[in-house]
Amino acid sequence: MHRAHFPHRLLPWLLVAPQLLISAVFFYWPAGQALWQSMLREDAFGLKSTFVGFANFRRVLSDPAWLNAIQVTAVFSLLTAFFSMAIALFLAVQAEKVVRGRAFYRTLMIWPYAVAPAIAGMLWLFMFNPSFGTLAWPLRQLGIRWDPLLDGEQAMTLVVAAASWKQISYNFLFFVAGLQAIPRSLLEAAAIDGASARRRFWTITFPLLAPTTFFLLVVNSVYALFDTFGIIHAVTGGGPGKSTETLVYKVYNDGFVNLRFGDSAAQSVILMGIVIALTAFQFKYIERKVHYG
Amino acid sequence: MAEHEMIGTSRQSRIMAHFLLVIGVIVVAFPIWYVFVASTHPLQQILRPPLPLLPGAEGPSNYARALSGDIGRIGGVGVDRLLLNTAVVAFGIAVGKIVISMASAYAIVFFRFPLRMVCFWMIFITLMLPVEVRILPTYKVMVDLHLIDTYAGLILPLVASATGTLLFRQFFMTIPNELMEAARVDGAGPWRFFKDILLPLSATNIAALFVILFIYGWTQYLWPLLVTNSNSMNTIVIALRKMISFADADTPWDLVMVTCVLAILPPILVVVLMQRWFVKGLVETEK
Repeated sequence: MHRAHFPHRLLPWLLVAPQLLISAVFFYWPAGQALWQSMLREDAFGLKSTFVGFANFRRVLSDPAWLNAIQVTAVFSLLTAFFSMAIALFLAVQAEKVVRGRAFYRTLMIWPYAVAPAIAGMLWLFMFNPSFGTLAWPLRQLGIRWDPLLDGEQAMTLVVAAASWKQISYNFLFFVAGLQAIPRSLLEAAAIDGASARRRFWTITFPLLAPTTFFLLVVNSVYALFDTFGIIHAVTGGGPGKSTETLVYKVYNDGFVNLRFGDSAAQSVILMGIVIALTAFQFKYIERKVHYG
Repeated sequence: MAEHEMIGTSRQSRIMAHFLLVIGVIVVAFPIWYVFVASTHPLQQILRPPLPLLPGAEGPSNYARALSGDIGRIGGVGVDRLLLNTAVVAFGIAVGKIVISMASAYAIVFFRFPLRMVCFWMIFITLMLPVEVRILPTYKVMVDLHLIDTYAGLILPLVASATGTLLFRQFFMTIPNELMEAARVDGAGPWRFFKDILLPLSATNIAALFVILFIYGWTQYLWPLLVTNSNSMNTIVIALRKMISFADADTPWDLVMVTCVLAILPPILVVVLMQRWFVKGLVETEK
């Protein structure tokens, strides 16, 4: 479509200038620095740095701690995405069935969205605190040795629970929107043909929800990768051991706590690659699929 | 009704759905209810599980103590100051992002200038550079610019991102050409067109984006953690983290719970009261 425009020459530059300036100073320059620094090696005193090419990458990629972080991140992301999406879809399907009270349920369901991830983590740790958490108490009564601050698997369970809980609201809203877009006539036709509710869900509803599910899968992965830093930092600090040290947490830890700049930068660059891949995937593939219905 | 009968949503299955939804809501809302309950009990009660499921009588005194500055543990900074900091950051990010991204989207859609598409792509690519992947170098920029422990430092790096620009660009492109041509025939310049036509048409989009960005700003963690050293510049989320030590028995849990409630109440109110725009904003900014 041909658009009408204003003829001004200077004004549009003034209008884009603030965003370009901020992008340049806080995005492009630091990203470039990360790229450059990822190829430098500082000596023990941080006095001078030498160019080492891809040595930092080679070291990071063969570092057991980094490989552990990859594994932790994968487990954490998959579990978080699975649980938050499964629970949200289940509740959204129930919400589609009821006639009255939908708005009421939705209002109560969206609260966790407003809670900061770090606070979500603290809430869950408070409830499941081994010494006085009210919900840890029944676990102890059942004879479970519950101590997420000492046991790696229990720590992972706790951060997954907190991260999934926070994301249920978001997924719920998208699944509700997705369910409403499914033509009722299809479901009615299937019902007339005698398909049971369960069968209708798995053969009609679920496949037609695929674009929503796919989209949410990407969003939830990005969420689990990046936005959950607060949960990890506030609840476990990556521990016990390194059992909950995710990739982003490790970048932070190596850069700010261990002061290994070259390694931290190399990890940043790898993360950047992951984000670019995910974003490209989302825009190229999912955008198109979303509209096929 | 008939429609529901037809696809087999019987009365029975609807009651079942209500039952499951109530359980779902209880699970989802419980942690928030529980922190509120905990904030109304005395410390000794909190440390002796199980905690009652209903609010206690200590509420007023807990809140009074917290608000009157009894939380000396957050490095001598009152809750009011922390709430103010967080509010400044959340509003700063929300308003700043809206203004900046509206301006750039306006330029890209309604003007033709050299390198227009280059500008667009420059903005678009920032989508792929979240702060988490460039923590250390961005921090260094902040130090060089003397922005540590300032509101500008907390706000500016989070103000530019492509989402707002993309959203407004998409919306501006749906505005009929005739509207702009008519405005120009009437002799309206860019500013008049923006103020009298575009701004009113964008009102719901702005409200929707505002809710999302306000929550985004209020719940920031990594960035405030990095760029604040002084306790008086902490956001409430960071301060809360500093108050808690799970190994240490003398964390003032009653006051922590009050602070926690104060930290989550404003964004929850925004989401619940502006629910219509919130849902719209969420579904539209992400897609």
